[in-house]
Amino acid sequence: MPRLSVTVLGVVAAMLAACGDAGPSSRDPDALEGRLTLTGSSTVAPVAAEIAKRYETLHPGVRIDVQTGGSSRGIADARGGLADIGMSSRALKPAERDGVVEHVLARDGVAFVIHADNPVETLTHEQVLDIYTGRIDNWRDVGGRDAPIVVINRAEGRSELELVTGHFRIKPSQIDADVVAGENQQCVKLVSGNPDAIVYLSVGTAEFEASRGAPLKPLPMDGVAASTATVRAGAFPLGRPLVLITRPGASPLAESFVAYALSDQVHDLIERQSFVPTD
Amino acid sequence: MSRPINDTLLVWGLRACGAVSGSVVLLIAVFVFKEAWPALREIGPLRFLGADPSWHPVEGVFNLTPMAAATLAVTVGAVALAAPLGVLSAVFCHAYAPRWAAGAYRRLIELLAGVPSVVYGFWGLVVLVPLVAQWRPPGASLLSGVLILAVMILPTVALLSEAALKNVPRDYARGAAALGLSRWATLWRVVLPAARPGIATGVLLATGRAIGETMAVLMVCGNVVQLPGSLLAPVRTLTANIALEMGYAYGVHRSALFVTGVLLLALVAGLVLLAEWLSRGDVRGTAHG
Repeated sequence: MPRLSVTVLGVVAAMLAACGDAGPSSRDPDALEGRLTLTGSSTVAPVAAEIAKRYETLHPGVRIDVQTGGSSRGIADARGGLADIGMSSRALKPAERDGVVEHVLARDGVAFVIHADNPVETLTHEQVLDIYTGRIDNWRDVGGRDAPIVVINRAEGRSELELVTGHFRIKPSQIDADVVAGENQQCVKLVSGNPDAIVYLSVGTAEFEASRGAPLKPLPMDGVAASTATVRAGAFPLGRPLVLITRPGASPLAESFVAYALSDQVHDLIERQSFVPTD
Repeated sequence: MSRPINDTLLVWGLRACGAVSGSVVLLIAVFVFKEAWPALREIGPLRFLGADPSWHPVEGVFNLTPMAAATLAVTVGAVALAAPLGVLSAVFCHAYAPRWAAGAYRRLIELLAGVPSVVYGFWGLVVLVPLVAQWRPPGASLLSGVLILAVMILPTVALLSEAALKNVPRDYARGAAALGLSRWATLWRVVLPAARPGIATGVLLATGRAIGETMAVLMVCGNVVQLPGSLLAPVRTLTANIALEMGYAYGVHRSALFVTGVLLLALVAGLVLLAEWLSRGDVRGTAHG
């Protein structure tokens, strides 16, 4: 019991310390030291963490904490001041816009992906909608072989699901799924192992996995090919921005970090995560 | 003079150890309940227990019973497969196998026990699910979960059963032999009943592991929230629900996932009580027999 209380106290103390340090110290704005907290989308977090690492080597006095918790949390934390910078993998809703500044870090697209052996080459908007709502359940009906369609949906709360339901104007409960997957890797493995499966997945991830030999075929949307090139151009219909969110009048440290993250000095880091940097 | 002091130290040391392990469990329960409280107050326990039509936390629908049923179905299925297999393999190892084979077999089972669950899950996702899908799509199903879990808990049953068989006094077997009983009758009527409490402990531990298993089940069960209507239908367990959505949940949704945790704790507590009750019957049974 004593040891435990010490641990609990230690954790509490660390949290208090973190809260106290959350704002950057303004002793010397030119030297840029202090602490930054980023929270939000787990899609943005890995790339933000890489950028933060490089930023820290340039400014040794700075410590940057990147925490995940979903886009909604990132936006709420940035608005409420719980974090210096929020991360979101969707555009902000109108109600979330006031009182914050959006910075588009990169773009990502979500594509419908099938197995490379599936003869289907393209699906219309209506066909995808019918497949996901259960009105079409055999590939024969969309020009494929006579085989039942295995519909893979994503876990509730994930931004891919939000993006897809928003695009097709349906509710998550209208989707009639055979499998619900969490992480991207699980989706890749599920489709690789099943020639009759369909899933939606980040274009960057799909392109990267396909280039490494995974049997995946990302389908075009409304006639636009699913590739990082079309996503960069903003032409891919099912695209999403990866956004950093600050409050107006943010600290010099937060401003400096956002400016660095938007500069072309980090494009290699963004591309390595299969996202598309914005110009 | 030094012994009483040592004794006091030992007693207080043991008390401290007991208090720490006890309070860890209590603290976890209290913390989970505290996090679940906002959802329980706002939504009410009845809607979690079946008043809502389904589980769509983003749309404000929170029925957990299909997932509780799935957890029970997967666990019961896995134990029903693994318990007889494990006990019989222990009997084989203990009484029939030649010494070298028993040794090699035991090493293999121990290796099986040491494989991390995420490896089982990945294997299930890459090998088992496509195999089942060839037979009846989508492959990710209650059946896949039962099979993976059975393989995972088999070593627990086998190793603990073998230890229990070993602990049966040799005199029992010798006495049975002196009475002219065959090897099978000795095992079935004398040794196995004497080892029953130990075997029951093994099965109970295995059941606990099956209920709590997360990653492997998350990867092979399909995670669709529905009552398990058929062996080939995808289901989502309570543990998978937490792991699947916790990373992206916020507000009431997050709190509702802690309610999932509370329900899981209640299920495990129920299991422990049930086992206690069953083993009480067991002791009485052996006393009379």
